[in-house]
Amino acid sequence: MLYRENGQFKTTYRADQQVFPIAQDRIAIGLLLAFAIVVVPLVAPEYLFRAILIPFLILALAALGLNILVGYCGQISLGTGAFMAVGAYAAYNFQVRIEGMPLIASLLLGGVCATAVGVLFGIPSLRIKGLYLAVATLAAQFFVDWAFLRVKWFTNESSSGSVSVAGLKVFGLSIESPVQKYLFCLAFLIVFGVIAKNLVRGHIGREWMAIRDMDVAAEVIGIRPVYAKLSAFAVSSFMVGVAGALWGFVHLGSWEPAAFSIDRSFQLLFMVIIGGLGSIMGSFFGAAFIVVLPIVLDNLPYWFDIPIDTALASHLTFMIFGSLIVFFLIVEPHGIARLWSTGKEKLRLWPFPH
Amino acid sequence: MGFLIETVISGLMTGMLYSLVALGFVLIFKASGVFNFAQGAMVLFAALAMARFAEWAPAHLGFDSKLLANLLGFVGAMLVMVAAAWLIERLVLGKLVNQEGITLLMATLGITYFLEGFGQTIFGNDIYNIDIGLPKDPVFLFESVFQGGVLVNKEDLYAALIAAAMVTLLSMFFQYTSTGRALRAVADDHQAAQSIGIPLNRIWVIVWSVAGFTALVAGIIWGSKLGVQFSLSLVALKALPVVILGGLTSVPGAIVGGLIIGVGEKVSEVYIGPSIGGGIEIWFGYVLVLFVLLVRPQGLFGEKIIDRV
Amino acid sequence: MNVLAEPLATAELAPKASRIGEVILEVKNISLAFGGVKALTDISFDVREHEVRAIIGPNGAGKSSLLNCINGVYTPQQGSITFRDRTFNHMNSRQVAEMGVARTFQSLALFKGMSVLDNIMTGRNLRMKTNLFQQAIRWGAAEREEIEQREAVERIIDFLEIQPYRKTPVGRLPYGLQKRVDLGRALAMEPSVLLLDEPMAGMNVEEKQDMCRFVLDVNDEFGTTIVLIEHDMGVVMDISDRVVVLDYGKKIGDGTPEQVRTNPDVISAYLGTGH
Repeated sequence: MLYRENGQFKTTYRADQQVFPIAQDRIAIGLLLAFAIVVVPLVAPEYLFRAILIPFLILALAALGLNILVGYCGQISLGTGAFMAVGAYAAYNFQVRIEGMPLIASLLLGGVCATAVGVLFGIPSLRIKGLYLAVATLAAQFFVDWAFLRVKWFTNESSSGSVSVAGLKVFGLSIESPVQKYLFCLAFLIVFGVIAKNLVRGHIGREWMAIRDMDVAAEVIGIRPVYAKLSAFAVSSFMVGVAGALWGFVHLGSWEPAAFSIDRSFQLLFMVIIGGLGSIMGSFFGAAFIVVLPIVLDNLPYWFDIPIDTALASHLTFMIFGSLIVFFLIVEPHGIARLWSTGKEKLRLWPFPH
Repeated sequence: MGFLIETVISGLMTGMLYSLVALGFVLIFKASGVFNFAQGAMVLFAALAMARFAEWAPAHLGFDSKLLANLLGFVGAMLVMVAAAWLIERLVLGKLVNQEGITLLMATLGITYFLEGFGQTIFGNDIYNIDIGLPKDPVFLFESVFQGGVLVNKEDLYAALIAAAMVTLLSMFFQYTSTGRALRAVADDHQAAQSIGIPLNRIWVIVWSVAGFTALVAGIIWGSKLGVQFSLSLVALKALPVVILGGLTSVPGAIVGGLIIGVGEKVSEVYIGPSIGGGIEIWFGYVLVLFVLLVRPQGLFGEKIIDRV
Repeated sequence: MNVLAEPLATAELAPKASRIGEVILEVKNISLAFGGVKALTDISFDVREHEVRAIIGPNGAGKSSLLNCINGVYTPQQGSITFRDRTFNHMNSRQVAEMGVARTFQSLALFKGMSVLDNIMTGRNLRMKTNLFQQAIRWGAAEREEIEQREAVERIIDFLEIQPYRKTPVGRLPYGLQKRVDLGRALAMEPSVLLLDEPMAGMNVEEKQDMCRFVLDVNDEFGTTIVLIEHDMGVVMDISDRVVVLDYGKKIGDGTPEQVRTNPDVISAYLGTGH
């Protein structure tokens, strides 16, 4: 009833091809953005920013990058943590070694370095497919883990093995308080979200999906698998690298290689799969789900006033997390994005059943 | 020279142990087309069960014999693994028939998290001991060829022999029995196998039980060496390159892969490691596999993938 | 020939035989083996511009493998392929596409995750020149290019009469419509040579008539050379100008439909020798 498209006829291809063709969707997105940019900074408690919103924004960016590689181009990668690490450490080195380096430049250059490493480790994907590729990407993960631990140059010869940044400023505005950090990350996410959506709607996006769906046929049409796969690795690693840099600089402040371990890679992969492969919205949904879930699970005992000792609580969290993953995969393997679009379909018909 | 031989032998035996864990992967993949990330968690779970049952049995049933305790522990652990296999089939695999590989992989990751949490909830999260009477003292071999002989760890030697025996058994099982044939059919195509009357659920319970058995044996051996603790589940991450190197579908491949990686890791750590910072064991196997895959994308013994249009 | 050009008025079309031009594609001594299995043995034939050339033969004769060699999907161990005046020992898929050869697939290699519109748009890929950065911004060059190519694709959709399905994911369409999308994707490449691998397989009579009509229209209106693998003898005899017959990877017949129909080797290959 509310969601009908009656009267919304498109008379040009430009109108037909827009991201949100239905007017109600455009209004909804506008409201959401307004809420995120204006309302949230005013009302949200500090804890919410630190524990949920900022991690969500940064990990959503990383999930977006990973979804492009895995969901749109079909190349499984278990080494995402490594690319985040490259982004973080590269940005750190640019920031610390070059006097007066602007923050955004460091972050973006971190992304560029991650792109270079990503393309390098993407070269195997030209020969290796499927599960074999997944395990090959672990080589990236473990090698990078080791490199940032053992090669002292990367950590600026830090004795403790960890690095830190402080006093972040952008165009003279400082990025210190939670609200400032939140808006900074939100800006990045919005920009990259738009870029990702544009790429995915364009002919490169179709090339990626063609390679994913049937690479032999794609070649016959004239698509070059080398260009398609490496561009997917490049774009994906850039976003993941910038996210890594943001994670280290803005969220953590100081970090060691363990922040980007294989657990991070799995976490991102969960986000992308549960959120929905091959869907921009899916990356956001997945990130939200995976960021919020452990917090909910951790706090459940307190909300229900059940005293549990911490070790048991953490074991239970593992169990519930694992079960939820399996449950989700059984019920909706295409992720929350599919649930969302099915819900919207039903909403268009509401209050009629069909 | 003697030292090199020692390193190589030590590597071979570690490699054998990796193969033991890798076998579990290969079994499940060969028979159900699922890449079971939870294998490591299964090793931990099985080892925990064994350790605790072997501890509880004499305490609750009031006897002293170590042998009997271990036996009961083994049987108990085996029952637990079969139950786990049955539950996994009912609750997870049965509902995900014919989904894409990555979905199944993710499901096994979910099972991993669950088993890790569950195992530690029931069996506790301290470090436990498994002692099945493997002699732990070293022995000197080849004393006539090398002065002073070559130092070999007896425990590792026994472990290697046990692993070799298991591999032979399993190879024969797959090749020569009708159940083995059915397992291979299921690995090829779930739906096709189902349509010719192969009972998928029963097959999967069998496979996961056998893999559980492999996990138990691996768990006992590793646990006897390292003690049973959470880090045991990380052994799976060490075994992954072995599985891929040998080819996902090859049982002998798991052995050869294990030996190559075991030796490679040890030798490179000793001879190359010190000059580039040490600790390269963590990635050596993976990088080696990466290079092999570039030349042979299906692993050393895996089946070649031909795309037909 | 330009798929986008207005179709010629029928009165202007010269009689079919005189429109057929010089040899545009020639296959010489192609041999292909997979391990011990010989798929093709010493195959040679030519295709003239603007004609409809059929390839027939029992199942397993190597017809699809032959197309795959022309397309660069398989590399023959021996032999060469000449397209216009350039000769190759093995074809590179992208080169072949750029030279103007498109094909459909027996097993419908459609991109299941995309809609009909997107599938056909992929056929325009060679013509889309904007780079990553332009596409990331979208506004400006990339948007203009998308709209331009969309217009071309919509003309193909009109031609194939699949307008109601343009936004449907192809996986949800019935088989006959999927085959049309496959054809549409090939047409989007504006090919001078179109390789069709059993375009009418699995269709009922009406669907076959529709497909025949499309194929003939493409050949008549746009002058596209058609190389067609087909099992339905009625179709082959009706619409083709010349026929090649394969059996067990060897060529056993080559000529007009009439000549091939009365060739004793061909008859025994299909019907078996009488005892």
